[in-house]
Amino acid sequence: MNKIVSKEHFSANVVKLVVEAPLIARSRKAGHFVIVKVGEKGERIPLTIAGSDIQKGTIDLVIQGVGGSSKKICALNEGDYITDLVGPLGQATHVEKVGTVVCAGGGVGVAPLLPIVEAFHNAGNRVIVVLAARTKELVILEDQMKKYSDEVIVMTDDGSYGNKGLVTNGVESVINREKVDLCVTIGPAIMMKFVAALTKKYDVPTLASLNTIMVDGTGMCGACRITVGGQTKFVCVDGPEFDAHQVDFDEMLMRLGAYKELEQK
Amino acid sequence: MTQQDSIAARRAEPWREELRKSKKAKERTDLVRVEMNELDADYRNKNNEEVNLGLTKEQAMLEAQRCLDCVNPTCMTGCPVSINIPTFIKYIEVGDISSAAKILKETSALPAVCGRVCPQEKQCESQCIYTAKMKKEAVAIGYLERFAADYERESGNIFVPEIEEKNGIKIAVVGSGPAGLSFAGDMAKRGFDVTVFEALHEIGGVLKYGIPEFRLPNQIVDVEIDSLRKMGVTFITNCIVGKTISYEDLHTDGFKGIFVASGAGLPNFMNIPGENLVGVMSSNEYLTRVNLMDAANPESDTPVLIGKKVAVIGGGNTAMDSVRTAKRLGAERAMIVYRRSEEEMPARLEEVKHAKEEGVEFLTLHNPIEYLGDERGRVQEMKLQKMELGEPDASGRRSPIPIPGAIDTIEVDEVIVSVGVSPNPLIPQAFSGLEVTRKGTIVVSEDNMRSALADVYAGGDIVRGGATVILAMGDGRKAAAAMAESLLSK
Repeated sequence: MNKIVSKEHFSANVVKLVVEAPLIARSRKAGHFVIVKVGEKGERIPLTIAGSDIQKGTIDLVIQGVGGSSKKICALNEGDYITDLVGPLGQATHVEKVGTVVCAGGGVGVAPLLPIVEAFHNAGNRVIVVLAARTKELVILEDQMKKYSDEVIVMTDDGSYGNKGLVTNGVESVINREKVDLCVTIGPAIMMKFVAALTKKYDVPTLASLNTIMVDGTGMCGACRITVGGQTKFVCVDGPEFDAHQVDFDEMLMRLGAYKELEQK
Repeated sequence: MTQQDSIAARRAEPWREELRKSKKAKERTDLVRVEMNELDADYRNKNNEEVNLGLTKEQAMLEAQRCLDCVNPTCMTGCPVSINIPTFIKYIEVGDISSAAKILKETSALPAVCGRVCPQEKQCESQCIYTAKMKKEAVAIGYLERFAADYERESGNIFVPEIEEKNGIKIAVVGSGPAGLSFAGDMAKRGFDVTVFEALHEIGGVLKYGIPEFRLPNQIVDVEIDSLRKMGVTFITNCIVGKTISYEDLHTDGFKGIFVASGAGLPNFMNIPGENLVGVMSSNEYLTRVNLMDAANPESDTPVLIGKKVAVIGGGNTAMDSVRTAKRLGAERAMIVYRRSEEEMPARLEEVKHAKEEGVEFLTLHNPIEYLGDERGRVQEMKLQKMELGEPDASGRRSPIPIPGAIDTIEVDEVIVSVGVSPNPLIPQAFSGLEVTRKGTIVVSEDNMRSALADVYAGGDIVRGGATVILAMGDGRKAAAAMAESLLSK
């Protein structure tokens, strides 16, 4: 089990792995994640499931090589095995027909957004996707997104592709031109914080899929805890999706920095 | 044959009669209880080596002489799995250690573990005739159990219990902690085809992620798990029943009985200001990083924050494990903060004594009310409310009452919250039809551990809330007996 069936480079340090995991492929839903560990001394890290193929018994993982552990996973090749892979974890995205949904993703967060876009599309919603990246080369999954959405707006920081600006500029342009019933956002914590601030201003209900530090991913340690609406929640079992207007993003950013110094050593 | 008959028959064997007569009772009761050999406190608090070194064969054989081989061995009533205590001890007295080890394995899947972590002073040893009637120190049953199991393991000649003829009935176990392992061993002995599903990447539950190496080396747990493998038990890691596979999947795959032993893994927090600061974590997180993920080892990819001034909140065994771990990772101050007095501490006396010897400070009658951090959100200080003891509460313990205005502020750079755990909600959520209490524990009938679902039995912390290893094992044994009877009578 856990054999890597194929590997594809999306950009310099973002790869997509298709991994054999028939049981997870069968039971996973949009919004679910897995915990992976590479090597005997490896670390357990969470990765959102970006797609699956029940017939082939595979799941898709999209990984950005940022730290030691994610680089280790990115370095795996077709035919290699992931030492440990467990899931599906977390609560699935609550999908229903609400009208118009804006899905805003940034960086590698675009990958876990794909199954959510697909699910909202299949539920009969008008789906508008806002994809953001620093520059043209880092824009991923644009074609796949087009398949399941009514419109894709691409934003780049430097204007090298699509519109120049941040993800929030893209979302705001949609809100200004038509009624938006729901916004879903996945990406770096700082990006989600700004999307939440924007949609709060316009009173658009917003879901954010949080990517905190995790260890077991099954609710037994609380490493991923976060304050939502004044209450402590465990992202791995209560989430990963929460009402973005209730999330304490400053606390989340602070907790994400817990191991920065140790990681750099 | 009833248990009473079997105890009597063994006691009546000629070698036992002869052994009893070989020494006057007075000679036996005059012997002084053996002391456990242990590492020096100032040496051991800097490494992860096992603190207790065990008994030598000479010590064990001498201690075994103290056992009076009672007609009615009350010690056995104090053991949740009813080990035939006098029989195994008398085998030690005559130096036949492998027979002693075989007796242990008749009823316990993990004797080397239980000999180390059971609170014998509250169980078997509390019912020993020495404590119950003679006001003397009990026979060191736990030390002797550990000795027999260790001796057998070190001899390399490990006895695998006999298995009854395979009956072809498939049984699933959810969770590989002490309850699940004990259940699996008993069912395998009865000829069932047992598969254990574990959510983590290692087998053993709390024995691996919770109890530290210096109290229970992982290698010892692995040897006992290997014995279960030899008995035909299949282990599947990284598989979460209720997530990876469902209750219905288990039925489709032909499992006729399910034993849920998913434990009480959910850590409690106190919900006080500053509890989400960086450097404040649950004992589960701290111990999992250090024990399961080996985070203190530079070769491990998992990091752990190393505190210089570490406070552990709580007074149970998990708190002691955490604070002693912090000391070993280099804490200059390692403190226990407990809201009652030392007398009320739930931790074993031995653990408290070891912690003190190793330089742990005890701030009893103190309760944290707030944590303060620096500009980066790292914990810097804790505010402690001083307490005094009032009248006994419903549980019989004197309840702590805040002393108005008495607040201490103490510098800390790491806080480990160890104020108990709650049952893991995963199985109750995933198995519709289970009856669950307000606290989230699964309701079972006490005599057979059967839940509201006819094919689902449960035991250990998912039924009891946070309890002990041996009570979990006792539940496993009871559930196995009941499930086997129910399935084989069909």
